[in-house]
Amino acid sequence: MVIDTLKCVGCSDCVVACQTENNVPIGYCRDWITETVNGAYPNVELELKSERCNHCENAPCVRCCPTGASHIIDGGIVLVTGDECIGCGACIESCPYDARYQHPEGYVDKCTFCHHRLEKGQLPACVSVCPTKCMYFGDLDNPNSEVSRLLKNRKWKTLAPEAGTKPHVYYLI
Amino acid sequence: MQEEIFVSGRNIPNIDPSLEVWHWPISVYLFLGGLAAGLLLFAAVVTILNKDKEYPTSVKYASMVPPVALSLGLLALVYDLTHPLYTWQLYTIIRLESPMSWGAWVLLVTTPLSFLWVFSYFSELFPKWNLKFEFLKNFEKFLKKNRKNMAYALVPLSIILGVYTGILLSAFNARPLWNNAILGPLFLTSGLSTAAATIILLAKNAKERHLFGKIDLALIIIELGLIVHMIMGMYAGSEVQLDAMHLLIGGEFTLMFFGFVVILGLIIPGILEAMEIKGYKVPVAIPAILVLIGGLIFRFVMVEAGQITRYLY
Repeated sequence: MVIDTLKCVGCSDCVVACQTENNVPIGYCRDWITETVNGAYPNVELELKSERCNHCENAPCVRCCPTGASHIIDGGIVLVTGDECIGCGACIESCPYDARYQHPEGYVDKCTFCHHRLEKGQLPACVSVCPTKCMYFGDLDNPNSEVSRLLKNRKWKTLAPEAGTKPHVYYLI
Repeated sequence: MQEEIFVSGRNIPNIDPSLEVWHWPISVYLFLGGLAAGLLLFAAVVTILNKDKEYPTSVKYASMVPPVALSLGLLALVYDLTHPLYTWQLYTIIRLESPMSWGAWVLLVTTPLSFLWVFSYFSELFPKWNLKFEFLKNFEKFLKKNRKNMAYALVPLSIILGVYTGILLSAFNARPLWNNAILGPLFLTSGLSTAAATIILLAKNAKERHLFGKIDLALIIIELGLIVHMIMGMYAGSEVQLDAMHLLIGGEFTLMFFGFVVILGLIIPGILEAMEIKGYKVPVAIPAILVLIGGLIFRFVMVEAGQITRYLY
């Protein structure tokens, strides 16, 4: 997933779409908006972006999971199998992005990149509703896909790369 | 200067301000697990060295503690799970990458072994109770004969159990305070120290009390050294580790850590034990109880403070 921080206006449509699509219980969320202010007045810079699970290549949550409920499927999406999860919280403690939460029913839940929609050939809910079209979703292994081309042509960053997780959500800056 | 404001998602009470998913049962378990591991290790080592007649408390009386401690600790662990009915899923798979997985397996082996160990001393511990059934008597005899074999198994198991209480935390790279390799040996040493303190409390003869007083003093000195190492390592670390360290030094956990853990839980009992070894009259229960309380508070500080620390991006 590629997110253009220059286009994002922080409207939270992605958050609401996700909560509706995935029946996220009230008080929880799988994605969220951050406003970052850089610098001191008068040289300040505001950055808005939508954050979620980074579906890391070297996912610490998958490494720490004692039952194998957290796993990486073909294509690189990190998923949690609800009825293999014991709710120990190891994955929550191991995630540098705090992207996971304990669902009131007990198991741990997080962004799935709307896996159920992808199977039908649809885009994740957050991407499909974004009014400024600042989010892009696609196959990074394919050099001709839109996301690959964006990453080739624009400056980008990932979140906390020093954590060594190799995140797969890229922010255009 | 960078200031980050979370909107939408992040001002929701169930996720922010900090993700505290581990509560007091985890700290209590880490304490009880370390204590049980230390007691089992001492019992096993004394037995292997054929000193069980000279030091009866460490092999016999104190060995009543680990089964109780491990059972209560396991209950505490399950209590803190949010999906406890699925606990059996832990035992459908062995995941070497996940410390919690092999910790669960080690607990599954060690807990029954600690019960068997006490049972092998049943008729000595409770001479008035008569084992009603013949097969129970035979089983006790069988265990008595195999006590040394159990001891050989317990040495590696108890060391793994003691180290595991620390490794469990240090495996999480997202919590900078926990993510240092010294936590395993530190928790093992602390567990051994609390175990030695328990034996001092329960010991009936002066010889055993003296020996474990010396052992405990040595362990306290090692533990202080490891704490200095941990702080030095953090100070030489990256920004997130420096931030984590400031919780313990000059932050909200300073009094708890230095006042209750380092001074009251290590330095003062260390001095008292050294005085006792030198021949001064010191009631040994005082340093022993201080060590136990210090060990418990140490777990609470590490679990609570560790969860506040996080990566900044």
